[in-house]
Amino acid sequence: MGWPLIRVYTLLVYLFMFLPVAVVVLLSFNASQFGSFPMTGLSFRWFVELAQNEAILRAFRTSLVLGALTALISTTLGVLASLALVRYNIAGRNLISTLLIAPILVPEVVLAVALLLFLNFLSINKSFFLLLMGHVIFTLPFVILVVQARLVGIRRDYEEAALSLGASPVQTFFQITLPLLAPAVFAGMLFAFTISFDDITGTLFWKPGGVETVPTQIFAMLRNSISPEINALGTVMIFLTVGLPLLGLAIARRMAMQRGG
Amino acid sequence: MGAVSLTDIVKRFGSFTAVQRMSMDIPEGSFVTLLGPSGCGKTTTLRMIAGLIDPSEGEITIKGKRVNDVPIHKRNLGLVFQNYALFPHKTIAQNVAFGLKYRDLSKADMDRKVRDVLDLVQLPHVADRYPKQLSGGQQQRIALARAIVIEPDVLLLDEPLSALDANLREDMRVELKRIQHRIGITTVFVTHDQSEALAMSDRVVVMSDGRIEQVGTPEDVYNTPASEFVSRFLGISNILSATSKGANAGGLSLELPVFGQITVPKEKAPHVEGAGPVKLVIRAEKLLLTDLSAPRDERAAFDGVVEAVDYQGQAARYFVRVGDQQLQAINMIDERPFQEGETVSVRFRPRDCAALPGAPS
Repeated sequence: MGWPLIRVYTLLVYLFMFLPVAVVVLLSFNASQFGSFPMTGLSFRWFVELAQNEAILRAFRTSLVLGALTALISTTLGVLASLALVRYNIAGRNLISTLLIAPILVPEVVLAVALLLFLNFLSINKSFFLLLMGHVIFTLPFVILVVQARLVGIRRDYEEAALSLGASPVQTFFQITLPLLAPAVFAGMLFAFTISFDDITGTLFWKPGGVETVPTQIFAMLRNSISPEINALGTVMIFLTVGLPLLGLAIARRMAMQRGG
Repeated sequence: MGAVSLTDIVKRFGSFTAVQRMSMDIPEGSFVTLLGPSGCGKTTTLRMIAGLIDPSEGEITIKGKRVNDVPIHKRNLGLVFQNYALFPHKTIAQNVAFGLKYRDLSKADMDRKVRDVLDLVQLPHVADRYPKQLSGGQQQRIALARAIVIEPDVLLLDEPLSALDANLREDMRVELKRIQHRIGITTVFVTHDQSEALAMSDRVVVMSDGRIEQVGTPEDVYNTPASEFVSRFLGISNILSATSKGANAGGLSLELPVFGQITVPKEKAPHVEGAGPVKLVIRAEKLLLTDLSAPRDERAAFDGVVEAVDYQGQAARYFVRVGDQQLQAINMIDERPFQEGETVSVRFRPRDCAALPGAPS
């Protein structure tokens, strides 16, 4: 194949991937009653209705709280696990590392069912807390991967110098290690938040009755009808889940540059 | 007892023994260098004094106090690394003040100490900059300032000059020695660079394979090596097989294949006992090449042929054959270097030689 053909082919692949997304964004501004072409005019009507829909707002709040808590817990655990794996010579390091990363490799639906069956086996009822724990399990690998990569690059000299100057190990962590690790911690946190905010498979299995996140709410709405509100909601989601990590990575890169890598 | 004492220190990593039963006493205020090739255990020893690794056996004392179970942050040490290890997210002033934060000091005292130490390392104007805005040499001075501002009991330097380029390294060598002398701090310096060790130390500890080969002043270890390893590691030496005929009034009488009878002063052969096989060590720069016609002096003279010339500017290293022996000689160049194939007179003073027990390895 010649270069022009490869260019056309590449273009078609990108179109196939991104056209549906573009259509959703475009149709969310459609004035028409029906969420489909032809467009009858430009309007913010569906965004306004979205902002007045109690169920969606509630789902949005749930998703935000769930995402934020997931990010917080995942990042804390992820930083601690990375420190243990990178800085200490613990027995079975490779095994532990593999186990912690495994949730990425296992299909999410399998993980979801497994956790559900396990909870049934223990006769524990579904709750928001367990939903949160589920999200922590499959966001943790991302945090660990990002934080570990950065931690390996931070020479031990810095910590050893701080210790020799009289800082205790805890003071050394907060004064030296954490600030140097900050860009990765920040990036990991964003990853965890975005993945949690986006997730539907695990959430459908784990959520207790009456609790809806934005993705499960969209899913429920789709079962009744295809309302243009969903296009508007989709647009909001796209901007949140694409824009937030991009913004975050830009900030993380700036921080990394200021701190001299 | 010295400022730092190691008694029967052993360090094993799994089945590998990095330091084998080492004892050493470092006097207060002295500059002691641990010198050896990589893997000889010098850095491991330094890190044990620092408390970054625990010895498998033995005892370490600092100022008479056993520190085996004292964690590094309570040992009051100054530590300087090869890669400076300045905190990249803190300014120079914050870097230097870091250790002072953990000592009970008023803000005013702290500022004054930071100013004083920056003056001492001759970088008073960089306080508000970040480490990456400084050159390598400047960063290393700041690392030194950060380590000495806390007035540590011992200053530990882990190859602090090896990341600098050659010219800067020599300047820093002088500078480091000046500062050490000025504040009179007990210093342990680790290096694989013999010229650093010889130029800076009060005492040199030559190490190999986790053992101490020799402890002595720079002149001692250079001129009277205690082992073949030391003579080969420091400078360039010719090591010749010889037979000892025993001591007489003039010193130790040796019989050599090509060079015949040579008498080495007793103090240049402290470890040789009686008759038997020995090694004669002649430093390359003590072997003088001259024209055949040059007037004789006290030196023993032999005819030799130059086989190769390694031209170094003000000096040259010659590979010269005398009989069936190839020797190395490093001589200053007078007018012109000798040429390959030229026949020269190879001369040396027996008292410049040293003798070691045993046959060459």
